[in-house]
Amino acid sequence: MKSNTMAHDTPKFAPVPISKLRPIDKLAAVFAANRAAGRKALAPFVTAGDPDVATSVAVLEAIDRAGASLCELGVPYSDPIADGPVIQSSYTRALGAGITLEGMFGIAREASARVQMPILAMASYSLIFRRGIERFVADATAAGLAGFVVPDLPLEESDELDAACRTAGLALVRLVTPTTPPDRAEQIARRSTGFLYCVSVAGVTGARTELPPGLIERIEWLRTKTDVPILVGFGISGADQARAVAAVADGVIVGSALVRQVAELASQPREQLVAGVERFIAPLATAVSG
Amino acid sequence: MPAAPALSSVPDALGRFGRFGGRYVPETLSAALDQLEREYALAVADPTFQAELDALLSAFVGRPTPLLFAKRLTEYAGGAQIYFKREDLSHTGAHKINNTLGQGLLAIRMGKRRIIAETGAGQHGVATATACARFGLDCVVYMGSEDVRRQAPNVRNMRFMGAEVRPVESGSRTLRDAINEAMRDWMGSVETTHYIIGSVVGPHPFPRIVRDFQSVIGRETVEQCRRQFGRLPDTVVACVGGGSNAAGMFYPFVDHREVRLVGVEAGGRSGQPGDHAASLSYGSPGILHGSLSYVLQDQDGQTADVHSVSAGLDYPGVGPEHSYWRDLGRVEYTSVTDGEALDAFDLVARREGVLPALETSHALAWAAEEAAKRPPSEILVVCLSGRGDKDAAEIARVRGLTADGSGK
Repeated sequence: MKSNTMAHDTPKFAPVPISKLRPIDKLAAVFAANRAAGRKALAPFVTAGDPDVATSVAVLEAIDRAGASLCELGVPYSDPIADGPVIQSSYTRALGAGITLEGMFGIAREASARVQMPILAMASYSLIFRRGIERFVADATAAGLAGFVVPDLPLEESDELDAACRTAGLALVRLVTPTTPPDRAEQIARRSTGFLYCVSVAGVTGARTELPPGLIERIEWLRTKTDVPILVGFGISGADQARAVAAVADGVIVGSALVRQVAELASQPREQLVAGVERFIAPLATAVSG
Repeated sequence: MPAAPALSSVPDALGRFGRFGGRYVPETLSAALDQLEREYALAVADPTFQAELDALLSAFVGRPTPLLFAKRLTEYAGGAQIYFKREDLSHTGAHKINNTLGQGLLAIRMGKRRIIAETGAGQHGVATATACARFGLDCVVYMGSEDVRRQAPNVRNMRFMGAEVRPVESGSRTLRDAINEAMRDWMGSVETTHYIIGSVVGPHPFPRIVRDFQSVIGRETVEQCRRQFGRLPDTVVACVGGGSNAAGMFYPFVDHREVRLVGVEAGGRSGQPGDHAASLSYGSPGILHGSLSYVLQDQDGQTADVHSVSAGLDYPGVGPEHSYWRDLGRVEYTSVTDGEALDAFDLVARREGVLPALETSHALAWAAEEAAKRPPSEILVVCLSGRGDKDAAEIARVRGLTADGSGK
């Protein structure tokens, strides 16, 4: 209904202004700009509301200033089975500090008005299902989010959310893992929108010191199956790893290592925490800039 | 008889019981769940698998378990005749062993020599440790640290049989957190490890597999009732936490619509949020631990805190097939408080010479009260899912008794 009205408002042959781009197109524009500049994407993950709502917005601004291409905003959930102890504890902290879904959407709304980088929500399907797909997608759109990563929603259960995201112009980023058989990985790669999330190791989230064997070959193989950018995550903590992965992938996701930084700085005044996050992200962003 | 649709023809290929069930898990686990589903289909079609399991159920577990007339409890209630299906006489003292032997054999077929499990009351942990000792498999059991405290005898027994017990300190330190930790272990070990889930919960195909292995309870009960009474019972009752003993008891009865089926949940201290663990009585549809079912949760979908005096029922979710039966109205679900369950423990201990588990005591409390309202011509079968030895110390503590069971 809304798009009809907008279509009438827009002159027939006028170029679509940037502000009318769908969220997923803004994400694509970021990858296109990176490609043109010979850069790779740094995609940090932070937990919404950790350590509190106001600091969360400032942390997202710091990540943006430090040169991240996009950001995943982790939505705290009480029973996250895909996450290791670092992210799990951050969820517990944020929930303990009173974060709600309204609070998370508020953080996204405020931050997305102030930053350049697209923000995606990393949310358990438990939360999306409970709110209702239509409402969750509408709230995400209103909050300026570019899409979702839903770590506990496999291909077989995803048709409804997929359809809602396509209608709303939001990305639904899918994950492939080392245990995914090739024919299944191909299907997942084909269905993924925005980008494809290549999980580097079998296991839960958490920083690791070395790159798993076979990762580079796997990324090269996936590239023959999909046109969307391929980002690698799970276990990347330092600039050397980030540089090595960025040599073959389109970008690097850094989660637990950043969340640990936030946890360590949580007792400091907000300015120091924010400065610490910026100092942590900047060299990683440089490392993937080629 | 009218041609009613068979309620037993679930789940479908995607693991759906009506709208419930399914598989909501990280992609890392998808291949292992597919493998388990394939292997289970092969095993079911393989007569040597069933023969091996049957031989173990007979000589190792001691099946079939008896159907006992609870004479003095029946006299006390003064109504319907009460019978106990004696799962407490199974090896390890509860029904859990029916499932762990079956899944242990599946793990061996899949070439997986390491087993992980979660446990609440410790009965599933003990049953898993037992199967692993019998089969020579490595065994790690995750158990909330609050439950480690409440169920110390079971923790000791697991260790005696060579299992490693890992106390879980996160969250509420109970069954739900133990499942989270077991899932996380499995995420990193899935290629060499099988996760023996202990209840009819979790992602497809677990709810179906656990129900099938536990259905030996209901199949034996149907046969015993036909032989002893020449007919099926009027009412069958079982306690429901995740719901494995109830699913195994009810499943062979669901297509016999004349039999009334009743599941009894943990009513805890009160009906207030956080005071009970009665998902089907007070919960709403949601996704927890990989499947869609009734869940105790807040308006955002965060899992709620729960309480029960019984560690095995202290869980905010329930098996998806129970949600299906609930919505169809095929099974009635009700709840019994901590106090009523403790009273039933005393009643059955003194009048029958049987110490029931606190989980089971919930079903017994409802049964004693209901039997009083029914005529003596009716037959009421209680699934006596487990023995109460493990609870003795906790009952003494809750009652303010000394360790030897005397007063203060």
